[in-house]
Amino acid sequence: MGINGPRFEELPHTADWAMRVTAPDLAGLFAEAARGMNALTGARPAPGPATHRTVNLSAPDAESLLVAFLSELVYAAEQERITFARFHVDMFEDSEEWKLKVEMDGAPILSLNKSIKAVTYHNLQIRQTPKGYEVEIVFDV
Amino acid sequence: MISIHDLTRISDHEWEIPQNFRPDMRVPVRIFATRELLDQIAGDKSLEQAVNAATLPGLVGRVVVMPDMHQGYGFPIGAVAATEFPQGVVSPGGIGYDINCGVRLLASSIEAEAAAPHMDTLATLLNQYCPSGVGKDGVVRVGVPELERVLREGARWAFKNGYASETDLAHTEEGGCVEGANPAKVSDRAKERGRAQIGSVGAGNHFVEVDVVEAIFDPETARAFGLREGCLVAQIHCGSRGLGHQVCTDYVQEFQGAVKRYGIELPDRELVCAPMDSPEGQAYLGAMRAAANFAFANRQILAHSIRRAFEETFARVGARYTVPLHQVYDICHNMGKLETHEVDGERIKVCVHRKGATRAFGPGSPSLPPEYQQTGQPVLVPGSMGTASWVLAGTKESMLRSFGSSCHGAGRTMSRAKAKHDVRGEDLRRELEGRGIRVRAGSMSGLAEEAPRAYKDVDAVVETVCAAGIARKVARLRPLAVVKG
Repeated sequence: MGINGPRFEELPHTADWAMRVTAPDLAGLFAEAARGMNALTGARPAPGPATHRTVNLSAPDAESLLVAFLSELVYAAEQERITFARFHVDMFEDSEEWKLKVEMDGAPILSLNKSIKAVTYHNLQIRQTPKGYEVEIVFDV
Repeated sequence: MISIHDLTRISDHEWEIPQNFRPDMRVPVRIFATRELLDQIAGDKSLEQAVNAATLPGLVGRVVVMPDMHQGYGFPIGAVAATEFPQGVVSPGGIGYDINCGVRLLASSIEAEAAAPHMDTLATLLNQYCPSGVGKDGVVRVGVPELERVLREGARWAFKNGYASETDLAHTEEGGCVEGANPAKVSDRAKERGRAQIGSVGAGNHFVEVDVVEAIFDPETARAFGLREGCLVAQIHCGSRGLGHQVCTDYVQEFQGAVKRYGIELPDRELVCAPMDSPEGQAYLGAMRAAANFAFANRQILAHSIRRAFEETFARVGARYTVPLHQVYDICHNMGKLETHEVDGERIKVCVHRKGATRAFGPGSPSLPPEYQQTGQPVLVPGSMGTASWVLAGTKESMLRSFGSSCHGAGRTMSRAKAKHDVRGEDLRRELEGRGIRVRAGSMSGLAEEAPRAYKDVDAVVETVCAAGIARKVARLRPLAVVKG
């Protein structure tokens, strides 16, 4: 995972998919997790005009917010056949909960190699590292 | 990290992780496996996950794991855990995202030898009538009010609409309808995902397969099950599709707060749970049962589609068969069910979480139809693609030692990434076709992920549960045609 290359990598898992994601900040971690999930599924957008969407979510902690955000993308892929490729993420934490606003651009799915059933909480923990943030995510496939 | 040296050997086929292995364990873990299978199991994190599962509040007896065990998320795949009703917990992650994933077996009196020239046609029609693969809709699309009837009634909804026979219902766990389903506790998003997916296979390791009954080990039981040596059978492996995935997603998120409210501490957030008698527990049970009913309806519609493919294939060649595709049984292997079991000499009501484990009730169980009272429940164990599948029968031993449960398949041993790296889907398809197995697959990379070498030897798994006494062999099936997403 180089500075300019993808900041996600697939991890060994016997049955499902696991991925490690790193980023200098939390907002970048969320965007990179979404890009990593797209890479795992092999989602290819159809050429043509982009679809723009704004997602607002809240959760009691950052991990729950990450699950909620990626679950939105799972739903969009399965139900609406839309994949998103560009993400502008803003995050806020107040005393009660974490809030997320994502501006995303996407397109109808041209092809998809693999679908994800769900984003799990299995051993899910966002960690601070000397270089920023890191998380390992397990997907049920 | 747990190793084989931490386990106590009970017999050649049973091992135990004692309750004092970790302070937060509430019960021991009993593993059904040979030493050889245990070496494979110890290669991933499944033993650690079994120990984690043993920390749930309200557990009774022991957590049991099957020889097809492998790493999952939260629970390992192949785990059985029973919590005492009503104060014990129910854990959505311990049941899984594909609620009521299961297997249905249909048997015929069509001789495989006579059918051989028509297998390509049959495989093509099955592929046409049983939609499979990523993002494929099912053959039935319903509005929300009708979907809510499906969620309440399961396969009975299919019966009312002409897609099922009374025998189909009698030969399905719970008669194809789990009581206590509450569609009001299923989110709008889950319902939206389910509306167009009734009668679809999905992707991953789900499939429709035609097999020949290659060998019979117990002629009397095989006769009761309607299995004839040398004749065709059809298997369906799938579950509750996007609706079930969404129900589990919703409640795993919801229960993150519930564990705090009830003061439950867990080693993994995927294990979140709530007491069965709490509002949260009751809501999940109602939604989970609704999703289970959706899965029963889904497999029933697929059975109808398979019958149509068989009828058209063999009608074209003038073949006759008197009882077209008799349903042997439909089993669930991802479920939470309220059952009564004997624990420490006392019969108590428990919620049995089966995550990648098959109910395997023995002879005399009141839940079984009269024709299976003497034999025990048919236990359907699909092998990996291109390898044998097994029909077993439940035993009285399974009632005493594994909460009436047995194995559910071969069990993965290789990651999907490695399987894709090592196997080319096109090569695998040629190899299978060379062995006389027709393959209709939507994705070559998906096919490669399911390569037989990615799984344990299903024969070794079956030998283990039979030697341990928690199931007994009835028949072995050999694949002839596979439809996958």
